Amino acid sequence: MQQILFFFIRNKNFLLFTLLFSISIFLTIQTHAYHKNRFVNSSTYLTGSIYSLKSSITSYFSLKKENILLIEENIRIRKELESYRNNITIYAIDTASIYSKYYFSHAKVINNSFSKTKNKLTINKGINDHLKTDQGVVTSKGIVGIIDNVSNKYATIQSILNTNSQINAKLKKSKHFGSLIWNTEDPYLVQLIDIPRLAPVKIGDTIVTGGKSTIFPEGILIGKVKDFRLTEDKNSKYLNIELFNDMTNLEHIYVIRNQDSNEIINLEKETNDAK
Amino acid sequence: MLNNLIFVNTVRFLLLVLVQVLLLNQINLFGYVNPYLYLLFIIIYPFTGNKSLLIFLSFLLGLFVDFFSDSGGIHAAACVSIAFIRPFILKYSFGISYEYNTIKISSEDYMKQFIYVGSMVFIHHFILFALEIFNINHFVLFLNSVLFSSIFSIVLILSTITLFSRK
Repeated sequence: MQQILFFFIRNKNFLLFTLLFSISIFLTIQTHAYHKNRFVNSSTYLTGSIYSLKSSITSYFSLKKENILLIEENIRIRKELESYRNNITIYAIDTASIYSKYYFSHAKVINNSFSKTKNKLTINKGINDHLKTDQGVVTSKGIVGIIDNVSNKYATIQSILNTNSQINAKLKKSKHFGSLIWNTEDPYLVQLIDIPRLAPVKIGDTIVTGGKSTIFPEGILIGKVKDFRLTEDKNSKYLNIELFNDMTNLEHIYVIRNQDSNEIINLEKETNDAK
Repeated sequence: MLNNLIFVNTVRFLLLVLVQVLLLNQINLFGYVNPYLYLLFIIIYPFTGNKSLLIFLSFLLGLFVDFFSDSGGIHAAACVSIAFIRPFILKYSFGISYEYNTIKISSEDYMKQFIYVGSMVFIHHFILFALEIFNINHFVLFLNSVLFSSIFSIVLILSTITLFSRK
């Protein structure tokens, strides 16, 4: 008994090291799976409030750029509105009474990363503002990512610049589908894979979201084709996509809430169970 | 004297975490190079101090940085490792006598300082990026990150030691 005790005392540093090292590895492995990191993430109260304090100072430096972005978006939306006005008479002036499957809410990015292989963002809205995991996040220019973890006042987003990210996307012109991934090389470039060999692709073609999931509505802008090649097995095309969004410089974002998502997910679950 | 030591180390701990997450993690030189100054805490922790306490504090330090950078436990794992092997690195950089003399790192000559800080930073970065990237396909990215971040961190840590040393 005494010998065992001595063994522990003599090797206490090594044992402590092994224990703490295993805990860290356990936490690391957990984050490699999508939204499993319940414990270590920056949407906690302490980290969230420190980041929002930082963002409240640094946001002044980008006010000018943000204003220009907002004006650009207003002009585009005004144009779209005018084109609708020519076709139909609008009875409902109150926007709240227009039915839409998707609800948009606004939030601010308080922490952004783009230099790692699994990048995350932190925003200043959470459960209190009806945010949930698996809701899509976009800016006026294009998609940003999917909500990963939420706390009461903050949420983290799995950026499209994350090797775990896989988003359904399509060519706007020919409607061929593929998966959007990231090869970690460049924060301005993402890759679209599994596009059929025969699909017509040209440099400069626009890529939009596919709408085959409950997360993003169809037709949200992603980027344009920079170059493409056939894969080694000659069955599909591999496209490099230049993002419309500057992921290194995000400030105001919109969270998309699909009203019907629960219904769709339940229905799909029932169908699968019935098999 | 002891209270003073605890106070100084606590302040250093908190200050380094805040500087790291609010300032240095936002640099992203060439897209992926960040210096990791918070290692300074482990590097200049008193040489004769309690080793078990250092391992535990390093774990906390790493975990704090992990919380802010959404990275699971990679910083914690790397910090715990260098805290554990610190006595060996101290022995080969400053000689066997480091334990008996109360030497100060800033009063040692630059070559010895460089070997000590260099080994600590390099091993830390090696473990950190190996766990973060965790993919053999991105081997070049891994080597680049280790090399450039190490250079950046070593320069920053050595200059901080020189700047804040009391002559």
